[in-house]
Amino acid sequence: MSFLALTDITVRFEPKKKPAVIALDDVSLAVEHNTFSVIVGPSGCGKSTLLRLVAGLETPTSGQLMLDGVSISGPSADRGMVFQSYTLFPWLTVRENVMFGPKLKRMPKSECEDIADDLIAAVRLTGFEDSYPKELSGGMRQRVALARALANDPRILLMDEPFGALDSQTRQLMQELLLEIWQRRRKTVLFITHDIDEAIFLGDEVHVMSARPGRIKSTLSIDINRPRGIDVLTSPAFMDYKRQIISLMHDEAVRAEMA
Amino acid sequence: MSTSSLLSPKTEIPRSLYIGLSVSSFLAILCLWCLLTYGGFTPPDFLATPAEVLSAATKRIGDLSLFHHMGSSLTVILSGFLLASVLAVPIGILMGSFKAIQAVLEPITGFMRYIPVSALIPLLILWVGIGIEQKIMVIFLGTFFQQLILISDVSARVSKDLIDCAYTLGARRGQVVRSILLPACMPGVMDNLRVTMGWAWTYLVVAELVAANSGLGYMILNAMRGLFTDVILLGVFTIGILGLLTDFLFKWLRHRLLPWSAEF
Repeated sequence: MSFLALTDITVRFEPKKKPAVIALDDVSLAVEHNTFSVIVGPSGCGKSTLLRLVAGLETPTSGQLMLDGVSISGPSADRGMVFQSYTLFPWLTVRENVMFGPKLKRMPKSECEDIADDLIAAVRLTGFEDSYPKELSGGMRQRVALARALANDPRILLMDEPFGALDSQTRQLMQELLLEIWQRRRKTVLFITHDIDEAIFLGDEVHVMSARPGRIKSTLSIDINRPRGIDVLTSPAFMDYKRQIISLMHDEAVRAEMA
Repeated sequence: MSTSSLLSPKTEIPRSLYIGLSVSSFLAILCLWCLLTYGGFTPPDFLATPAEVLSAATKRIGDLSLFHHMGSSLTVILSGFLLASVLAVPIGILMGSFKAIQAVLEPITGFMRYIPVSALIPLLILWVGIGIEQKIMVIFLGTFFQQLILISDVSARVSKDLIDCAYTLGARRGQVVRSILLPACMPGVMDNLRVTMGWAWTYLVVAELVAANSGLGYMILNAMRGLFTDVILLGVFTIGILGLLTDFLFKWLRHRLLPWSAEF
């Protein structure tokens, strides 16, 4: 069985006085240990819902979620998440934010600080340990959020369009930094985006989702050697994957918008 | 057309100009007051002159009676306000984030916030008498329900992502309330305490309407009987200045206690 296994997941929302919405329809997904999996799909396809299910922040109407053979019920520190919105705790400094998880586990303070400073260095924010989030740029905030999620040493890292609010240059730098960290601390990653370039650049596997009701329409293995640099972005192999995904997604976008 | 002139909306102006305009506005009111009184446009018992107010102030500062009245009023206002805040802050935070608590409290707060405090004075006299407790209760009732609504709104607006994020970092429900909801509410709580403190001052005269024998509100009401407009104005100015001071105090506290929070 796969490390993360979603089997026949259906999510129905039934808002009052409105027709029921099927956010996810019979979705099955397998993510292998230590791989970087990306889910790409048009907006409103339920990809965020999918991630929130894995985080334990929502429960499926039907279906089964297993992480390493154990059923997922509720959120836990072993599934770290980076959100699209800025979620640093504004009353805590950068270091205190990163220490938040380890402190909840009642680790000794010096150990928490070591973990934090190590990760702050990994996201290249040494010197900002005592800054408050309001003093940081958007890209810096998301780097701290990444460090904070990693501080718990989660078994899987969930990322919900973490760079979606950043400008494209910053986004590219963040992707490179994320890959660099991922190469060094191998981890299972499930990453959500609507940006096709980002999906191919980062992923070992790219799952393309269909518009509502959300389904996994197609899965591509990205056979591009690592470490990947920006030259990958213009390589023929990259273009080829991009062409495939664009055509898959275009059909979906048309279906979603024009329906 | 220039979009950065004095008359364009949301345009910064030089600090010197800003201060200049503020001072002129203050001076203009002072001049108008002088003109009306010294120019003989208003009868003497209609509006006191600046000099009369000043001499009333000197006399009452000299015999310390002004401070005596200030002390009484501050005791009433601060007691009523603190009592209201101590209850409204925790209850408001819970009310804004727990639907069950909201369901219980919303009908009564929604109703009570529209009742003028003065309408409750007869009941207050009946229930708590005419001592200082009655005056404190007026301030309490005037601020508590407003605070409750404002603070529950602050709490309701705390980002759900912040809370979800804490869950994914391993926090439990109680920890989320203590380490996320509470601190996240603090800037909004401080801002609303500051605003409601201002409202508490506006209830002062109502609070000192019944059976008072000291306090700034009492001083004003008493002066009215003899048409002593100098004393009335002195009372009004004193309340205004004390109000401003408490406002500054709150701004300063917010700056000191919540350095992490974005300035408003």
